[in-house]
Amino acid sequence: MAKNTLLTATTLATALVAAATTAQAATLDDVKARGTLSCGVSTGLAGFSEKNADGSWSGLDVDVCRAVAAAVLGDANAVQYKPLTAKERFTALASGEIDMLSRNTTWTHTRDTSLGINFAGVNFYDGAAFMVSKDLGVKSATELDGANACIQAGTSTELAIADYFRVNNMSYKAVTFDTSDQTRQGFESGRCDFLTSDGSQLAALRIGLADPSNAIILPEVISKEPLGPVARQGDDQWFNIVKWSLNAMLEAEEQGVTSANVDDMRDNGNPGNKRLLGSEGELGANMGLNADWAYQIVKQVGNYSESFERNVGKDSPLNLDRGINALWNAGGIMYAPAMR
Amino acid sequence: MLRQKTLEETKASARRASGNSASAAFYNNPNIRAIFYQILLVFGLGYFFYSIISNVLGNMEATGIKTGFNFLGASAGYDVLMSLISFESTDTYGRIFVVGFLNTLLVSGIGIFFATILGFIFGVAHFSHNLLIRKLALIYIEIFRNIPLLLQVFFWYFAVLSALPGARDSLSLGEAIFLNVRGLYLPKMVGGDLFWIAEVALGLAIAGIFVLRRWAKKRQDDTGKQFPVLNTSIAMVIGLPILALLLTGLPFEVEYPALKGFNYFGGITIIPELMALAIALSVYTGAFIAEAVRAGVQAIPNGQTEAARSIGLKEKKIMQLIIVPQAMRVIVPLLNSEYQSLVKNSTLAAAIGYPDLFNVFVGTALNQTGQAIETIFMTIIVYFAVNMLISFLMNRFNNAVALVSR
Repeated sequence: MAKNTLLTATTLATALVAAATTAQAATLDDVKARGTLSCGVSTGLAGFSEKNADGSWSGLDVDVCRAVAAAVLGDANAVQYKPLTAKERFTALASGEIDMLSRNTTWTHTRDTSLGINFAGVNFYDGAAFMVSKDLGVKSATELDGANACIQAGTSTELAIADYFRVNNMSYKAVTFDTSDQTRQGFESGRCDFLTSDGSQLAALRIGLADPSNAIILPEVISKEPLGPVARQGDDQWFNIVKWSLNAMLEAEEQGVTSANVDDMRDNGNPGNKRLLGSEGELGANMGLNADWAYQIVKQVGNYSESFERNVGKDSPLNLDRGINALWNAGGIMYAPAMR
Repeated sequence: MLRQKTLEETKASARRASGNSASAAFYNNPNIRAIFYQILLVFGLGYFFYSIISNVLGNMEATGIKTGFNFLGASAGYDVLMSLISFESTDTYGRIFVVGFLNTLLVSGIGIFFATILGFIFGVAHFSHNLLIRKLALIYIEIFRNIPLLLQVFFWYFAVLSALPGARDSLSLGEAIFLNVRGLYLPKMVGGDLFWIAEVALGLAIAGIFVLRRWAKKRQDDTGKQFPVLNTSIAMVIGLPILALLLTGLPFEVEYPALKGFNYFGGITIIPELMALAIALSVYTGAFIAEAVRAGVQAIPNGQTEAARSIGLKEKKIMQLIIVPQAMRVIVPLLNSEYQSLVKNSTLAAAIGYPDLFNVFVGTALNQTGQAIETIFMTIIVYFAVNMLISFLMNRFNNAVALVSR
């Protein structure tokens, strides 16, 4: 008996050591071998990542997944979406369950430096705000002293609101729910006086209310919430691919390349267009991708402006303004590093 | 197994020794062999765990994930809905851990208390001579035992308690008790200078019960006369403090909840998350306890009841003195596991936002700090320890009620 136990223990230990020391393979090779990109998205947030009636996914965040799939695999539809709650997302990425995360995730110092993940850029500049019912008669967030707040657990909003109320010497009660949808239910049932989340999320949650016209979003924006795609730390090649897939969409908008004119631009455009779209230069090869990586992104997904307007802008129910999410040369702060 | 082997080896070496007049080599000594294997096993296990831990730490280091328990001293920066000790968002993660732990104990304690009461009532009701009561018990057990607990938690929270009116149209009872979608608001007694006298009176009353019980038992043993211990005890616990309050001129004030701005303030607030979770846990576990009670009672042979009747005991007394004490032998071990399940099931709090340990620590703290291994490990230890404690207490109780065989 003793001998058997010992044998089992040693075998197990050896197996474990062997399993744990197997080096992490490059994500790019994994994705290519698998033929699909595994992308973490939200459990459903209008405009950013939501499942459509036919089972497909769409949204601003989903477009980043699609862009990476187009760049790597040449097919924007070769994406396997993994809906994740706010609490699950980083573990799923760090443990290798997903290849990348594109889930309205705020880029914070703590997350970037201590979770084994890297933020690859910003695809939406957001800020935490408040949504209240019109009946409450509140015009400004400074009137919310003593109110109840519905918040999603594990978000950076949870920290932002605590700071805001402390700084303004006000009190509040935090009612935290697991999912974004539950915060909406709590708000609708009257469990809390206001719902707090990123401004874009509020706009999305608002149109999901039984009576959207009865809810207003207060003017105060209380925090910086730059949202962007995330890659696992320790795989620089993959990190670069995610980062530059997003930048390619921004650069395409800046150069005026759209999904409609991309073929023409590739063949007859200026040197900048040709470098971006791969008819000149080595940009794709440097990342281990095909020369037409950015061409595929623009052709299949579109440039940033197309993606924005389609999902959250004027062609969508959210009807958000470009605001600070406009390009740097159009009054916003969206800026892709030089594509050369 | 080990001992058997040792014996065989002893015999074998004895045989060898008798054939060889020389004494056996030390490595053939069964005792030394046994110890050798044990040492090997300990080292093997030690290496096993060492390699697990060092591998985890090594891999986390490699992927750049922070480790260690330093985060417990860092400011949490977020608020908790309900706390039994004072808590502000500037307090530490360590304090969040305590807050969550106390909230878990609270909801588990409430759940265990009411589940036991419900369980015993419906378990005994199963044997009622009244058809209606009997069927009611059956319906209760079958409904709540067969629906998933998570669904029941959602039912109480989203269907029942969320349907209550808003804060400004609260249901009220005499302008003292208010019920709305944000909870139940009760008046609170705030003690004045001489309030301690009433507290002492309550303490005396509780101590008095033990004295009374001993006296009543002795009197019954000596004279055969019974004394209404239960009724007297209840009268003492309620009567003595009230008497003390009256004599000292009611030295307390009542703080009533009042609507100020968005919410009711003052008094005692019972949040709906706590109510929903406590109700769901009590009702669900109560159904299982009722079945345990039924099993316990059915385990008592009919002859016991008949014998009790033949010596002239009333039906109520038969239950109280003959059936239940014997049934406890069967019920208590089952109760133990039901209580343990209830504590574990309290983690469903996360679904409705009750700030229990699992929700505030594994939920938010884990996500804000990213230190999954540490937070999960600490939480596992807590649930393990609480359930071991329950098991220990229930085993003590079981020994007390177990049939003493002579």
